[in-house]
Amino acid sequence: MSAPLLSRSMSGQRVELSAVGSWTAAHAEEADRLVAAQAPETGFRSLVVNVAGVTALDTFGAWLIERLARSTAAPGGETEIVGVPERFRGLFAKVHEANREVPHARPRPGIVDRIANIFGRFEDDALSFLAVLGALGAALGRVAVRPRTFRLTSAVHHLDRVAWQAVPIILLITFLIGGIIAQQGIFHFRRFGADDYVVDLVGILILREIGVLIVAIMVAGRSGSSYTAEIGAMKMREEIDALRTMGLDPVEILILPRIVALVIGLPVLTFLGSMAALYGGELVAWLYGGMSPAVFLARLKQAISIMHFEVGMWKAPFMALVIGVVSCAEGLRVGGSAESLGLKTTTSVVKSIFLVIVLDGVFAVFFASIGM
Amino acid sequence: MGAASDEIVVKVRDLVVGFGDRTVLDGLSLDLRRGEVLGLVGGSGSGKSVLLRTIIGLISRRAGKVEVFGVDLAGVDDAERHATERRWGVLYQQGALFSSLSVAENVKFPMREYLDLPETLMTEVAMAKLEMVGLAPDDAEKLPSELSGGMVKRAALARALALDPEIVFLDEPTSGLDPITAGDFDSLIETLKSTLGLTVFMVTHDLDSLYTVCTRIAALADGRIVAEGPISAMLAAEHPWVKAYFHGKRAELGAGLPEETRIG
Repeated sequence: MSAPLLSRSMSGQRVELSAVGSWTAAHAEEADRLVAAQAPETGFRSLVVNVAGVTALDTFGAWLIERLARSTAAPGGETEIVGVPERFRGLFAKVHEANREVPHARPRPGIVDRIANIFGRFEDDALSFLAVLGALGAALGRVAVRPRTFRLTSAVHHLDRVAWQAVPIILLITFLIGGIIAQQGIFHFRRFGADDYVVDLVGILILREIGVLIVAIMVAGRSGSSYTAEIGAMKMREEIDALRTMGLDPVEILILPRIVALVIGLPVLTFLGSMAALYGGELVAWLYGGMSPAVFLARLKQAISIMHFEVGMWKAPFMALVIGVVSCAEGLRVGGSAESLGLKTTTSVVKSIFLVIVLDGVFAVFFASIGM
Repeated sequence: MGAASDEIVVKVRDLVVGFGDRTVLDGLSLDLRRGEVLGLVGGSGSGKSVLLRTIIGLISRRAGKVEVFGVDLAGVDDAERHATERRWGVLYQQGALFSSLSVAENVKFPMREYLDLPETLMTEVAMAKLEMVGLAPDDAEKLPSELSGGMVKRAALARALALDPEIVFLDEPTSGLDPITAGDFDSLIETLKSTLGLTVFMVTHDLDSLYTVCTRIAALADGRIVAEGPISAMLAAEHPWVKAYFHGKRAELGAGLPEETRIG
């Protein structure tokens, strides 16, 4: 294949630009430079582009020749393309129509709009959270009136996924955290000769705060993200719309069982997690701190009361509700693209972890003020 | 114009493809010649899309040979495979547009990857391609999720044609389009074929497409090609499925077209 060439010849009042060689994608860069170098013709009225010598042509080349014809045209006039071989005629006709219309530029938001947007988004977030919470309440009300409509199979299936299948990883992580807290406690308390108080530290911290918090964060990352991704994918594939047009409520069918599973599963996981953490603490106190399990248990009985356990357990279902509502609300806000699915899944996890911690703070204030 | 030459661009010999214990294609042989528009017909689940995906290398085969431009893609290194892939374009059934890129960016994507061109030229050519497939300039900045089904097909065709390929593989190009748009699409393929010397491999159910643009038709049944040839050969074929397909109620209506609109 020969490289594209463009030559200029003049005969009287007529200027002719002859294109020869192969005007294809492979040579498009050279051809682009040749075309760009041609200045518009001002003095002559009759300028033609002769393409009789073109041996190979594709859309790239045809468009470049068309662009040459347009750019060299005198104001008001039009450069003619002559000598078009029969086989290229259709392509020239096609590109002749192209790029005539300038697309309307989409307005880009200014700085004020963008700041307003951030507040608008915050408002949207809050509204969609409340909308799902409200729809959930309504669905719960309907199910309470007619318990047979509750999707028990679905709820059990999700309970299996979010609770039962999460047991090993939750046990492992809380066990390690319990051990780490005990080790740090012994290491620092020993300097004051207060190693025994490590039991108080481990017991109260785990039962009240760390147990439920670690489990909630784990569940938000593990199950909240999958809720968002599942519901988002269903939204993308119009499954949610299909449910709606069949006269069924997606909240009742998809969201209620998921959230019920979380609200049941999270307290159970919290209980298991707290026990594993206490066990980890006990093991470290024995192996690292030299405190026998019997002594540990005896001190634990003195240090904690059922109240500490209750505080931790009371928080679990509320955290589950927040994680469930946020992840389902974000799932319903997924748009058409794969990118938005990823974005909403990230948002869902970040937001539920943030809200879980805020909620924990609110509970701390609440329990302190009621003396628990 | 654009009559098929004798050069074979895709050569399939004794192809066997299966999944698990199910054999979908069983000893299939088929040729695609330069410049022709081959329509592949077959019942749902007969393996039409499987054949297409095997040719373009998305599905591995159990036995047989597939050569594109004389190259067996299973036995070459990455560089040669990419060079071959550059010479074809594929229109997937669902469009398969990249959902995070605008329509214009979708069309520019292969150009950006394979050619070293100035941005303005890429934009202009992309816009020209979009106009060729019948999209308005204003659609170029839209995201695939903002397009209707027919527009997705057109945008996907524009992307398949981005590098001016020699072969285009079309997987049910006119399904989901209204008859007028489908007709435009057919004539577009016809134009592109004659101007670019395009070779088209089309999986289709559209009898109108078969009558108007396909120069040759291959019927797939029982895992192999049971009939092959122009529309007249199809009408004369004895295989029961082919007979049912071309002599069904809908086919008889299609056959009522005036003679000059047919090419077969």
